[in-house]
Amino acid sequence: MLTVEGLRSRYGRIEVLHGLDIQVNSGEIVTVVGANGAGKTTLLRCISGIQPVSGGSIMFRGEMIAHIPAYKRVGRGLSQSPEGRQIFTNLTVEENLRLGAYIFHDARVDKDMQDAFTMFPILKEKRNLLAGGLSGGQQQMLAIARALMGRPSCLLLDEPSMGLAPILVAQIFDVVKSLKSLDVTVLLVEQNAFGALSIADRGYVMETGRIAFSGRAQELIADPRVREAYLGI
Amino acid sequence: MKLSAKQSTLLVLILIIALAPFFFPSAFYFRIGSVVFVNAVAVVGMVILTGYAGQISLGHAGFAGIGGYACALAPVYLGLHPALAALLGALISAVLAYLVGRPILRLKGYYLAVATLGFGILVSMVLSNETAITGGPDGIKVPDLGLRAWLVDRGLKISNSQFWYWFSGLALVIGAWLALNLHESATGRALRALHGSEIAARTVGVDVARAKLIAFVISAIYASVAGSLIALQNRMITPDIAGYMHSIEMVTMAVLGGAGSVLGAIFGATILTLLPQVLTVFQQYEQIMLGLVMMLVMIFMRDGLLPSLVARVRGRGE
Repeated sequence: MLTVEGLRSRYGRIEVLHGLDIQVNSGEIVTVVGANGAGKTTLLRCISGIQPVSGGSIMFRGEMIAHIPAYKRVGRGLSQSPEGRQIFTNLTVEENLRLGAYIFHDARVDKDMQDAFTMFPILKEKRNLLAGGLSGGQQQMLAIARALMGRPSCLLLDEPSMGLAPILVAQIFDVVKSLKSLDVTVLLVEQNAFGALSIADRGYVMETGRIAFSGRAQELIADPRVREAYLGI
Repeated sequence: MKLSAKQSTLLVLILIIALAPFFFPSAFYFRIGSVVFVNAVAVVGMVILTGYAGQISLGHAGFAGIGGYACALAPVYLGLHPALAALLGALISAVLAYLVGRPILRLKGYYLAVATLGFGILVSMVLSNETAITGGPDGIKVPDLGLRAWLVDRGLKISNSQFWYWFSGLALVIGAWLALNLHESATGRALRALHGSEIAARTVGVDVARAKLIAFVISAIYASVAGSLIALQNRMITPDIAGYMHSIEMVTMAVLGGAGSVLGAIFGATILTLLPQVLTVFQQYEQIMLGLVMMLVMIFMRDGLLPSLVARVRGRGE
């Protein structure tokens, strides 16, 4: 579904991605883990189009998308829940969801919203409140729900566990796992390597702008090099 | 029946406009009222640009100048009726806002402020210096709109200042109604979204550059219409209308009243139009008092006068 080859990206003169290869197959949950500053977020930003690409290619459902503007990639089936959630705090919960479906103008928007409320009942309860008043966990749920309103075939999730209490982290990972049943392919970037690998099919371990290891998630969890460096076991 | 926010805002506005004349001590207040409404039209445009989309402009008086001078020049050079001249002015302002806005709106914060300021100064320089056409700093006469004479012919006894009170009031209600509709539309949501987070707006599919441009063009049309109303009402126009002080006044009115809400901005326009009249009791200290009031409001009521007052009243009610 998503094939990234030789991806390079830079901030000014400093290159932060030095030629990355990543493959995400339809129906998979794939995770990219690694330390802070490894370039995980930059990778996702390149795929969603927020960050310019300086080399390599991004192929999504048979189309080269590296030079398509970000706002057009949503229509291709690529939704992102950005780092730090970035919900619209000055808008209501319902308005946030409607914005997730900004590019659609059909009756399915209301149906999708009902589905989102079924998936996250707390959002229904708070639909008319300003999103800025939600707790961190609720905001993360809203960010995921908003991304799903864009009817993605592939969902990009950037650090959904960031800044959340352990019990909420587990809840969020359960939600991500359940996306499989909705036929949504997931590319999950996480610092919480153990949690992410536990729910993923495959994983990539990033180190300073490169892929250090990759493989089936269960094998990575068992790999002594990964365990020592990233899982702290 | 429960009114929506939009309906209640419009209702409050219409009631104020309709009932205020009962409290006017003299006919002069119709004149003040119409100045308030015209200022408010321009400021509602700033609500769309600043309050919804979070962009700043210190050059919108330039568009007011274009709208005003269109009413003076188009009847002379093109033989247009003043009303059509105002429409032409709005069209020119929209096209100019589109052309200027495309490169300018890539800028953010104070860069955008300085670039728009430059645009406003440019317009006011042209109006001041093209003496042969614009009459230069002394200004130029504007033909009569003719609508009052038409109404009087049909038996409606209405003085000039009364006519402009009701006419500007009507323009303000229409302007507010359009702005409130925009607020709840998909485009309005997109504007408010990019105000909150441009990155997130892009990830949900908002063409941020285009959305900002829409807000800039719409607000330019509001400023242009306000400029036309000033020109038609005063029957003359000077380059001051496009001066940077006028631009800053527009922003100040919007922010002081509460840039996020249409009613707040109208409130800001009202206060800042009336306050100088009230503060004349301080005689030579008038300007100092005005500055002081503005500073105090911003320090203690960051969201603007009206939203802060409403929040305070609600807080006490609970």
